[in-house]
Amino acid sequence: MWDYTDKVKEYFLHPKNVGVIENPDAVGDVGSISCGDALKLMLKIEEGTEKILDAKFQTFGCGSAIASSSVLTEMIIGRTIPEAEVITNQDIADFLGGLPKEKMHCSVMGKEALDAAIADYRGIDLKHIEEEEGPLVCQCFGIHEKFIEKTVTENDLRTVEDVTNYTKAGGGCQTCHPAIEDIIERVWKVKGQEVHVKEEVPRKKPSMTNLQKISLISETIEKEIRPALKQDGGDIELIDIDGNEVIVALRGQCSSCVSAYYTVESIEEKLREMVSPDIVIQLQSD
Amino acid sequence: MNTNVIYMDNNATTKVAEEVFEEMKPYLTDLYGNPSSMHTFGGQVGRKVDEARDRVANVLGAEYSTEIIFTSCGTESNSTAIFSALQAYPDRKEIITTRVEHPAILSLAPYLERQGIAVVELKVDSKGMLDLNEYSHFLNENTALVSIMMANNETGVIFPVEEMARMARERGVLFHTDAVQAVGKIPINMKDSAIDMLSLSGHKLHAPKGVGALYVRRGTKFRPFLRGGHQEKNRRAGTENVASIIALGKAVELAAGRLTEENTVVREIRDRLENGILERVPRAIVNGDRENRLPNTTNISFEYVEGEGILLLLNELNIAASSGSACTSGSLEPSHVLRAMGVPFTAAHGSIRFSLSCYNTMEEADYVIENLPLIIERLRAISPYWKDGQPIMEFEPTYG
Repeated sequence: MWDYTDKVKEYFLHPKNVGVIENPDAVGDVGSISCGDALKLMLKIEEGTEKILDAKFQTFGCGSAIASSSVLTEMIIGRTIPEAEVITNQDIADFLGGLPKEKMHCSVMGKEALDAAIADYRGIDLKHIEEEEGPLVCQCFGIHEKFIEKTVTENDLRTVEDVTNYTKAGGGCQTCHPAIEDIIERVWKVKGQEVHVKEEVPRKKPSMTNLQKISLISETIEKEIRPALKQDGGDIELIDIDGNEVIVALRGQCSSCVSAYYTVESIEEKLREMVSPDIVIQLQSD
Repeated sequence: MNTNVIYMDNNATTKVAEEVFEEMKPYLTDLYGNPSSMHTFGGQVGRKVDEARDRVANVLGAEYSTEIIFTSCGTESNSTAIFSALQAYPDRKEIITTRVEHPAILSLAPYLERQGIAVVELKVDSKGMLDLNEYSHFLNENTALVSIMMANNETGVIFPVEEMARMARERGVLFHTDAVQAVGKIPINMKDSAIDMLSLSGHKLHAPKGVGALYVRRGTKFRPFLRGGHQEKNRRAGTENVASIIALGKAVELAAGRLTEENTVVREIRDRLENGILERVPRAIVNGDRENRLPNTTNISFEYVEGEGILLLLNELNIAASSGSACTSGSLEPSHVLRAMGVPFTAAHGSIRFSLSCYNTMEEADYVIENLPLIIERLRAISPYWKDGQPIMEFEPTYG
């Protein structure tokens, strides 16, 4: 269950300004049904004063998307375009008393719809803007580089998870995570800070020749296993190595111990750790 | 506290049955001994744990009670089965499962792949059913384990695990089934089965949360998942969750006694609910094969609305259900099960699952049937994709 504020619940259950404005002066369409949320914002704007006389919306999306859309209309009605333009996604979230961090993208969608509507009002060609979007970063949700940069800058985002929460980018197949990491590091560099978000690549164990493997097995037995067994008055003898099969015999106390089974298992574990995960121990019985 | 609820989310969890609670209660208060102790006070508890084991074995139709290992949950049972098989057959580097498994299985895949294990995920068709030819093609001597769920938690679709287990056995491959959603809803008989391991969970069948079991057929190579004690015959260390194990024993017995009711009364309520909704709501689609399905589950998509909104409005009416929508899970994509089935996005985001139990009534179903159409109408009125009872297809917005 999401921890929605009472204000979010109120605006979801009783949204204000739902509907359509006939012959609107500006329209902002953002999102898509495949992405899971979409918002159509329609504005009636007074000529000359640029005052927003009316705003209506239609939203496909979750509770917080509907609430964010509705408060956006409340916030902009009565403002002029320049006054509305400065509203940020954080303002929308604040008006709602905050949003769960996974839902911040709902406030970002509101801001995007507002920007799109204002661009439409000013007659700015959206196709022209598209050229400035930069390369497509997130294939799953169709998010471009410039938009991620802008959101990271405005909201001081530091992790890929944050970026996903605010923009949805990286929330699908995750193949764009390295690209998002690059963007975060770049933006923070511009801000004058070094931020490291890249994951360390684990080093792979190099493959061994048979000879190397055999010597590593006997070395592991000498240095790691035998000393441990000797403490309990036992001993081990390496009989043979056949591929991944290591044949050993237990001597001394170990040979008659009831927990020999567990001893074998722990030897196997040690060899799997030190040599290869495919090692199997065969116990030679007398 | 709100307990006044129409609870239709039984695939998520169930209420503890009165009889089950009565059975476990003394073992939380007076009879608190450790079953491993030498004294009578503890020993009597040990006998009760064994009685619970007998009950579970009996209900599953297991030949030996020792084939039952108690665990802490379905997830532990699943992990135990998978890691046991991989450790017992270290030279086998493949696992076969499906794209629609529970995360308890599926989220192991990236981890296993890092360990050099190839995880084959079988595809499903639009009804959520598997292609057995594809399965047969992937089965080979390098397969360490096949793990296929008996019934899907989201759609209720039942897989032909018995046939698949026989195919695996013919090729000398171990077969595990996650039967967490199936036990108590459909008959199971391990005696005549080719299944080697089976997971079940207590809280899906009116026992408390935090207890599960893994059936391991006698003679199956096994390596423990949790080490550190002799409990469960060295197969699962840790002091037994005594009261919950006793509860689980009682719960499976109750479930076995209610199996007919589940497949008649509960099924009837489910069918009434489903048909009632489909009749009253345009553009509503049932997800999953309606023939091969659990009797208690229905998964319905309402096109052009988002599932979270539906759940929140149902919640206002004290109706508890769940959704495969992205927004409810915290992930951004809709349910992996619906995506694997190729359910279009227009429908996947608006899916609602109702999962019933024997505690639901016809009156409750009627209440949902009466109110749900209004909820969908209300949300479609807000949706930019809907106008005058019809979807608007030409509206294709693009992102910022």
